[in-house]
Amino acid sequence: MNVSTNVPPGGSAEPLAQRLAELRGPAPQRSLNARSLAALAANPGCHRRAVLDAAGVDKSALAARLGRPAPFGQSPFAIARGVIFESRLKADDYAALLEPLRHHLGVPADGHAPLEVPDLLQRSGPAVRADRTAQALARAAADPDAWTLLDHPLLRLDVAGGTSYLEPDALVVHGGRCTVVEIKSFPVLDGSADPAKVGAAARQAAVYVLALQRAAAAAAGVPLSDDPYTEQRLPGSPRTSVLLVCPKDFGNRPTAVAVDVRRELATTRRQLSRMTGIGRLLEALPPDAGFDLACDEAGAPARTAEQLTASVEAVPAAYSPDCLSTCELGFHCRARARRDDRVEQLGRGVRGELGSIRTVAEALAAAGTKAEDLAGTDDGTDDDTDGGAEDAAERLAYAAALRAEALAAGAPA
Amino acid sequence: MSLLTTLARLEAVRSGRAEPLATVRHRHLSDRPMVLVPLTAAGESGAPLAVLLGTDREAPRLHLVPQPLNRTLRSDFLAGLAADLLPYLESFAEDVEQIEGSEKDPETGEKTQVFRELCADAPQLIVPNGAGVRHLALIGRSTRFRRTAEDADPGPYPAPVRVPLLGRWLTHFTDRAQVPGSSLLLPMTSLLARHWATGQSHLEDQHLAARLAWHRPPPGLTGAEAAELAESARDDAGQLLHPPAGPATDPRFDEAVLAPAITRYDSAAGALRHAAEQGDEAAAERARAAVRAAVGQLEEALTAVLLPTWRDVWYGLDLLRALPPAGHLEERWTGDRWSFTGHRDRLAAGEPPQPRQDDAVTAARKLAQREREQARLDVQEALDDPLAMAEHRLAGEAFSGVVTEVVPDWDTTGRSPKPRPLVTLRTTDRPHADLGREAHRVWGSSRPEGGAGPSAQKAEIVAVDPVGGTVTLRVLSGMGRRKEPEPGSLPEPGEAVTFTLFELTVRQSAPLPEPDDTPWTHGGPPGAAPVPAPSTSEEWE
Ligand code: SF4
Repeated sequence: MNVSTNVPPGGSAEPLAQRLAELRGPAPQRSLNARSLAALAANPGCHRRAVLDAAGVDKSALAARLGRPAPFGQSPFAIARGVIFESRLKADDYAALLEPLRHHLGVPADGHAPLEVPDLLQRSGPAVRADRTAQALARAAADPDAWTLLDHPLLRLDVAGGTSYLEPDALVVHGGRCTVVEIKSFPVLDGSADPAKVGAAARQAAVYVLALQRAAAAAAGVPLSDDPYTEQRLPGSPRTSVLLVCPKDFGNRPTAVAVDVRRELATTRRQLSRMTGIGRLLEALPPDAGFDLACDEAGAPARTAEQLTASVEAVPAAYSPDCLSTCELGFHCRARARRDDRVEQLGRGVRGELGSIRTVAEALAAAGTKAEDLAGTDDGTDDDTDGGAEDAAERLAYAAALRAEALAAGAPA
Repeated sequence: MSLLTTLARLEAVRSGRAEPLATVRHRHLSDRPMVLVPLTAAGESGAPLAVLLGTDREAPRLHLVPQPLNRTLRSDFLAGLAADLLPYLESFAEDVEQIEGSEKDPETGEKTQVFRELCADAPQLIVPNGAGVRHLALIGRSTRFRRTAEDADPGPYPAPVRVPLLGRWLTHFTDRAQVPGSSLLLPMTSLLARHWATGQSHLEDQHLAARLAWHRPPPGLTGAEAAELAESARDDAGQLLHPPAGPATDPRFDEAVLAPAITRYDSAAGALRHAAEQGDEAAAERARAAVRAAVGQLEEALTAVLLPTWRDVWYGLDLLRALPPAGHLEERWTGDRWSFTGHRDRLAAGEPPQPRQDDAVTAARKLAQREREQARLDVQEALDDPLAMAEHRLAGEAFSGVVTEVVPDWDTTGRSPKPRPLVTLRTTDRPHADLGREAHRVWGSSRPEGGAGPSAQKAEIVAVDPVGGTVTLRVLSGMGRRKEPEPGSLPEPGEAVTFTLFELTVRQSAPLPEPDDTPWTHGGPPGAAPVPAPSTSEEWE
């Protein structure tokens, strides 16, 4: 689980942060937690999402105001199951959690170096907790022989002018380095787990690793390595393999799987560096754009649904059907893609197939063209039709002829 | 996805309705399929919550687990499911036909005539979607190794006697479902996807109701609009008007309907336990009534979310049945019958359940089998369906045209001259027809009647004129043994013909069982010596 809270940047707000705060209005800034940061990587090309996330807009609430609420939700059964599994792992001084950890990290059995579990001041505010985590991590890393488990530490990550706080399930520190531990309630069945779920967990864990890498580099006074694939060996720096602790088979016994997250790390870094380039995206916004979802005392909204829609439309999107499962605005952007007759509504792959043809109407017009007519367009070099469109148009016309012929032949006599 | 599929999707966007991707039905449909709509308990991998099943669309039967975390109740559910499903499966095991073949005696090397049983028909399970198949696989995995009271060492929680058997059958069916073209267990979404394109993405097509919305949009709505309603329209209580096809339930159903109903059950069951401990018969009677009422409420709630999907699956079957069956269905279904018969025999022979993981040899063999079946399926579908052949034409692997000229010619290098006529056809196709490349004639409806039918006809490309749109081929075979080609063996000028650049015979395997489906009593796994694949339909060695 990662609950995170965002705090608006301190008094001396930079212009960027100020602009983002204006866009958001008085609503509390929506935290960018590891999950949402990881989800960004799912659609790196989307400016709309980048702007909304950077501004900390509550996209769920926005989607509802736009008339197409996000369909996401979590079953109370699934939540309960996660809570139960995690509390079982931590019962009896982390006995059940330690068993698989021991296996993977070589944590000594009881009686050897005892496991330290420092108090991380869970009840304090995020800034205090994050400081405390940093101290505890530094102390644990200073003694290479010690074994330390940080239970629900809080990490800082600066994103697009704001500070996000991230909460991994646990960190294990030994030999001066730390390892991210994520507890998941999906099972490892006969030695393998659902690759989609492992992938999502890896993207999420990569955000934690990045936060820890940055912190370690800052503490050591060195820049973060340019190459996301090299592991910087600094005091307290994280390993790029994380541990997922999951139930084994159909039971409640835990098992741990080591997952190399370097690739996800590279994606996340690329993504975040784009978010810092958010200034350019903001400049392109019309001055009256805004995503203020608040209402005044009388209940009148600060911005009407039309105004919100116009503001959302002012930021270019990169819709693909994957959005439906990764972004709160999925239904809204799909409706727009359909209204605009965009070919993306059929899937990411279709765009590649159709070259520079962007709309269904264009594609169908090309398909309706007789092959002979197309052959005639070869000579004249039009400046506004590039070769890609012509190529795709020709293939479409050929496909359409084949389809018509086959349907006629296949029709029952 | 090919450009032809994309084109059909584009057309569907424009028409607002599903558009055909096939002119025939490419999967076998049983006259008596068993439709299963399973639901799983959220958060518990593979834990069953309920299933609606039956062979009669008017009379579905519901099985449910009132408290999915309760081991005893889960056992009861599985026992009930086994008692319901196994008789259906077993009803196909009795009626057999004898298939004659010959087997080589391992010692003498002599061929002896043998007969093997092949079940005359096989059961067919239909689930709403791919996740339903995976769910059945999980049930199979979680039950097939269970020990029962009949085992020597039943352990602390023996399963009901027939439950492991159910697990082995489900494992067999879900395994077979991975073989391309097989039809023992089919998800409705894939069936529909093979035959129609919608104007939405494959991702959205996984939602059975949304997909079907493109087939029957209500008056005044486009498919896209109807699909969006199926995905997201909710009633005043916030419940989806069209519940998802499972096995996962809608989280808001879990929250507002299911969780309270389970809580009611739990407290009634708790009161019953308490009354029993106290020996208070009157309280126990009241508690029993409360338990019955709680179960009744659960039944009602679960039936309500299962029925729409149940109807959807049957409606999907209606749509598919309206398509004429493809020519090669029978042959592929025979493979499914062998698969079913083989598993029946393995059970009868007392083999252990399928292992957790295949060993390397089995895994490789299964992979090879799937690749082979995929190739066979591709060829058969192309032969059965001009739309499938169009895919190959678009890819440049086949071409159709009208014969413009047939010039007799002979190969005179041998003792007697052999016919090697030149056939020229005009085509708008653009095959990857390099000179000298082998081509295979597709016998369409013009196939001559009588006898054993024309043999395969091979030709060689000798000239291609892309500007004039002609291809000239030298026909090399399939013309009989005489100097003059057999009448009817060559196309006439004006006739439409199709040639492929790929072979049309991918090992005619019917009616032979796959090695995996061969019980060890017949030399199949887990016996040591693999039986070489027989080469003709009449014998196995
Ligand atoms: S749904 Fe819209 S805003 Fe969200 S990622 Fe997709 S295109 Fe961007």
